[in-house]
Amino acid sequence: MALERILFGDNQFFGVNHMSEEKARAQSIRFRDNQEIIDVLKVVYDEGIRVFMCTTHDRMAGICDYFRANPRYADFQFYPCMPYAHKYANAVTDLGLLGALKSFLPEEGKLGALFKGGMSVARQDVEGMMGLFIDAEMKMFQGLKTPVIFLQNVFVDLILGLGMHDVFRMFAEHVRNKYKAEPGFITMNTPMLLDVLEGLGLENPIICSDINKLGFRMCGGKEKYEELIATRRFQPIAMSVLASGAIPPREAIEYVCAQPNIKSIVFGASSRGNIHQTKSLIEELTQVGKPAAIATS
Amino acid sequence: MIRAVLIGLGKMGLSHQAIINAHPDIDLVGVCDTSDYLLGILSKYTQVKTYSDYRKMLSQEKPDAVFIATPSTFHAEMVRVALEANCHVFCEKPFCLDTKEGLQLADLAEQKGLVNQVGYHFRFVATFQETKRLLDLDAIGRVHHIRAEAYGPVVLRPKGGTWRSQKSEGGGSLYDYASHAIDLVNYLVGKPQSVGGVVLNKIYSRDVEDEVYGTFYFANGLTGQLAVNWSDESHRKMYTKITVWGENGRMDVNRQEIQIYLRDKAKPVSGLSEGWNMRYTTDLTPPVWYYLRGEEYSAQIAHFAEAIKSGNRNTVSTFRSAIDVDLTVDAMVRNAENKSGLASIGA
Repeated sequence: MALERILFGDNQFFGVNHMSEEKARAQSIRFRDNQEIIDVLKVVYDEGIRVFMCTTHDRMAGICDYFRANPRYADFQFYPCMPYAHKYANAVTDLGLLGALKSFLPEEGKLGALFKGGMSVARQDVEGMMGLFIDAEMKMFQGLKTPVIFLQNVFVDLILGLGMHDVFRMFAEHVRNKYKAEPGFITMNTPMLLDVLEGLGLENPIICSDINKLGFRMCGGKEKYEELIATRRFQPIAMSVLASGAIPPREAIEYVCAQPNIKSIVFGASSRGNIHQTKSLIEELTQVGKPAAIATS
Repeated sequence: MIRAVLIGLGKMGLSHQAIINAHPDIDLVGVCDTSDYLLGILSKYTQVKTYSDYRKMLSQEKPDAVFIATPSTFHAEMVRVALEANCHVFCEKPFCLDTKEGLQLADLAEQKGLVNQVGYHFRFVATFQETKRLLDLDAIGRVHHIRAEAYGPVVLRPKGGTWRSQKSEGGGSLYDYASHAIDLVNYLVGKPQSVGGVVLNKIYSRDVEDEVYGTFYFANGLTGQLAVNWSDESHRKMYTKITVWGENGRMDVNRQEIQIYLRDKAKPVSGLSEGWNMRYTTDLTPPVWYYLRGEEYSAQIAHFAEAIKSGNRNTVSTFRSAIDVDLTVDAMVRNAENKSGLASIGA
């Protein structure tokens, strides 16, 4: 499957801004009601953007309900990103690791069965548990198009650092087999992750990471990223292109579009004007950089 | 390569494990925890050796460095055992519940010339480092007041359960949250001499305080105020803010940005002009080799490893600076118990 060129992100809806706490609060006031989010997504759709890349935040369920019920948006796609980390991190503080795991799984019985096997089947525990977690997170997307399913960066980077690389393979297999979707990986550590995924035989992986002119949160360095993008076989998706507003839009998008082989760009915005402007800039600068390669399928 | 082991695999411990394991100069050879289930998974899926007895791990692995991320009540004993085995030690905060013991351990580490560090990671956040730099340049003139605040959503309903809810284990928002804010005050303007008006209030917790307030008095006339509440759901995660007032301006700082107001008579500092100035984390933060949850977590481990390699013992966030926090915490507890300094308000 081909990735869409332009993906709409969701940080602005849930009060995430890497540069300013005040901006984040203003956004979370504006998007208090799901209807406010839905209204922006309708604008996004009308602007011709067909993908919403979204965290499996509890509030997403209501938004999914709306789009499921409206045939006008039948070709609107969701790229779910899981898990929503804060939900789990807070639970671990509250309940401890095992308690947190249990609290998020609806079917106590199934988990009990997994634990009963004990240490000798630790391998099955993790693989089985991965499946249960993915299914729990995917529930809200039932009946919607989810051609790519992402693992969030906190989880990817933790697993990467711990060296539990097999977990990436388990994730990939589960989303391919059960959801007929492509696995995607969000990370702040693209150079390290790409080597690991290649080592696991996950070819041409979809990797979403911060790619911006400032080099902000590009572990291993901006030059290293540029080299990988130019020479290695993977499907890079650029996020934090504007570094939360630290780089002016044209300059920011010019930089990303000048990199060869970046498949998609994720951006978030709240107003029709900004959505239109950013989308137009990406289209204009994509044509400048690579005449034949607008990949909006 | 630095041979290292890690004791304690809670939330911070696992995060440390990932960061240490990813560090190019550290070889993480062993981890220790009491959870058999977690150890089972780690030994199955990673290269690291797992132990349930840290003394056994130390004697078998003979590490150069020990990372300790257990509940605070175990810190003193483990730090001592590690130092006696001539290991460099990185310990999570708060350092020691017993300050006398903490001081002995700092002495021991210094006598042996071992690198000793406590995980006050806000000292490695770029905006706070820049604030320190500007204060040292006297950018806002003589500082007369500092306010340190920390809010977050840790305890939002009545419950007990984990060690964070046990005073004797180093739980409570004074140890858990306020310690970071106190450490930032010490880092930025030096340590206070005394503390008054301390309030330690429970909101939901049964045994520990959920909110902490108090006033700091410094030798040079500077005063400070502390406001901490870990039962504040309006923040998505821990939010820490420092405000500093000087004769020639003011700085508002959080992990993302610095707002600097300079009066016209302020001493010129390169890049700053009269009125409001902004500095953003996106410009200030240098890249790290591996990122998990924040550059500062990697930066503090890199600092520790660098000191081991270079022999530099003039480091940031040492045992001794962490004891300054413990001493302040200690004084705050004593002050909160003593209500004799109150002035009643007349009719």
